[in-house]
Amino acid sequence: MSDCNGCPAAPVLEFPGRKGAVPPPARVAVIGPPNSGKTTLFNRLTGLRQKVANFPGVTVEQHTGVAQLPDGRETWIIDLPGVYSLSPRSEDEQIAHDVLTGQRGDTPQPQAVLLVLDATNLARHLMLAAPILALGLPTLVILNMADDLRKRHGHVDLKALAAQLGAPVALISARQGEGLDQIFEFLSGAMPKPAVRELPVLQDVPKCRAWAGHIGNQAKYHPPAPPKWTRRLDALFLHPVAGVLVFAFVVIAVFQTIFNYVTPLMDGVKWLFAVSGNWVASVLPESLFRSLLIEGVWNGVGSVVVFLPQVLMLFLFIGILEDSGYLARAAMIADRTMAKVGLQGKSFIPLLSAYACAVPAIMSTRTIENKRDRIATILIAPFMTCSARFPVYTLIVLAFVPKGKVLPFLSTQTVAMIGLYALGFVMAVFTARVLKSSVLKSGRTPFLLEMPSYRWPTLQSLGLRLLDRSVVFLRRAGTVILLVTVILWVAAHVPFSHGKPPSLANSLAGTVGRTIEPAIKPLGFNWKIGIGLITSFAARETIIATLGAIYGMDSADENNLDLQKAIHRDLTPGGAVALLIFFAFAMQCVSTIAVVRRETGGWKWPLVQFAYMSVVAYAGAFVAFHIIG
Amino acid sequence: MLQLSSNSQVAPAATLVDLRRGDTATLHGIDLPGEDARRLMELGFLPGTEITAGRSAPGGDPRVFQVDGSEIALRRETARLLKIGPTRKSKKS
Repeated sequence: MSDCNGCPAAPVLEFPGRKGAVPPPARVAVIGPPNSGKTTLFNRLTGLRQKVANFPGVTVEQHTGVAQLPDGRETWIIDLPGVYSLSPRSEDEQIAHDVLTGQRGDTPQPQAVLLVLDATNLARHLMLAAPILALGLPTLVILNMADDLRKRHGHVDLKALAAQLGAPVALISARQGEGLDQIFEFLSGAMPKPAVRELPVLQDVPKCRAWAGHIGNQAKYHPPAPPKWTRRLDALFLHPVAGVLVFAFVVIAVFQTIFNYVTPLMDGVKWLFAVSGNWVASVLPESLFRSLLIEGVWNGVGSVVVFLPQVLMLFLFIGILEDSGYLARAAMIADRTMAKVGLQGKSFIPLLSAYACAVPAIMSTRTIENKRDRIATILIAPFMTCSARFPVYTLIVLAFVPKGKVLPFLSTQTVAMIGLYALGFVMAVFTARVLKSSVLKSGRTPFLLEMPSYRWPTLQSLGLRLLDRSVVFLRRAGTVILLVTVILWVAAHVPFSHGKPPSLANSLAGTVGRTIEPAIKPLGFNWKIGIGLITSFAARETIIATLGAIYGMDSADENNLDLQKAIHRDLTPGGAVALLIFFAFAMQCVSTIAVVRRETGGWKWPLVQFAYMSVVAYAGAFVAFHIIG
Repeated sequence: MLQLSSNSQVAPAATLVDLRRGDTATLHGIDLPGEDARRLMELGFLPGTEITAGRSAPGGDPRVFQVDGSEIALRRETARLLKIGPTRKSKKS
């Protein structure tokens, strides 16, 4: 946390009347069991001032944010991984343990702890209070989900609980924003060290549970009634027949919506780029700079940005499924498949998040204690259809799959997209099967998945997710993709002959494309697609920017971003399928290679993975092109 | 190995797998290595705790168990290693 090294004094704003007041803590850690609403609280406290801190060379991805206290002073908030105990077994727990005890070189020890517990399941969650209070750091015990507790007629005596724990207690609802003032009050106040009456032997789980139960009794904790709606909804979602139908319906509805109802938004963004590009072209004099701006930036980066609405819609759906609690049920329904290929349940969550992006997915494999299972999961994660593949698939599916209906409610393009998602999944499963029955064979560890109660997703949390994704998407478009397109533009304009740039085919880029053409001809790709393939190894969606730029340079109508038509001219149907298969299987992502190297601690696994995925991609594309033609 | 009071007076082979939906029983012991048993215990699967079987995924595996105020899904292969006492049938069926 380089940002924080000099910060004890830095963020404190001294107001004239406040001289001599107790200085607020510079750093506060938020910790709690999974599903206790830690992240919701973190978002509430830090608002939009959070940032995902990703420190190169360090195996942590921590969320750090700044909370502003009512009097204007600021506090750093560190969001730690969700843990049930502090005994370090998985890497996740190790991180939480090391940060709290000040044993991490990159993160100074926090000066206070916000312990977040689920008020609807207090007796068990209080177990975590024992190791946390034993640290001796000033601690505020936060009982979250006050709204659920009330609704389901639970009760707890806060004063008695605080007396038992020797630490202040706050009953809040992070979702509703209720009771947050108590947290700010704690952060602005004197923050006494905890004075707990007695602690159990921390290594002894039954004793810890007995201690937690005793404290719960003393605080007259009355657990709430079982969640009625959760039982009712599970009767549907986990029904042997209806459950599977709902699962299929959800998947179909997501893609159907993205394809058939988001296209107008996409056309709107496209139109914006066309209009603004024309305007820029009309005000700038004819020059190489104008050509770079229009062909590189507008046609290149613009053709990627048009996919923003669809990517956001995908994340909106993922967010709703996750926040509502349905995803845990979907994981359960899909678990049989995991078990058959020898993967443990814990691999499921990383694999699910790989549908967004393989990089955080690979980092989240840290929760898997078994080393071999962890490597197997890392190796198959990039086969899951990440959101960078999504624009590429969309472009080709829209260009090649004729509009039509398979069933009254199911369009051909939706089916094609679901097929592509299934393709990646099947390949991942096949690879896992091979790995787990050979080099990465290992004993089983138990599958444990906590089923959260169903909840309405809040607009605030969904909004934050979408904002986060937009920033990531646009940042990529503005950095990696922009850089690659500018390099490409230069490569397409040298060498000069007689003071004029060469034709595309004779340029440096064209020469490179034509040099690799013999290798990709068997897949049905020409040299222009070849240039796109090369650039796509920086990041998958760069191929769109590249093709957008190349076709823009190549044709007379400069600002026409109709990539679909252009690509239709250059690929046979067999070539299009081959391209899709190549993208489904190839490891075209520098960030993924880097994160695999970091997480596996060497070049061996990323190189094996890269070679394997390239061979599979090439072979798959070759077969597809030769069958379909 | 963590064997906790598995002196069962009833059917010796009774495990969580034998519970039907709605049935309740008391957990007697966890037949798993220490680390794995700890994990289960942290989630509420402590010897002496009442466990009620809930719904399962299609095909009966994995199954949700209500334990200590939470609902936790376990695979059959794990449930088979959790020994239980006499079963109390659900009132409904």
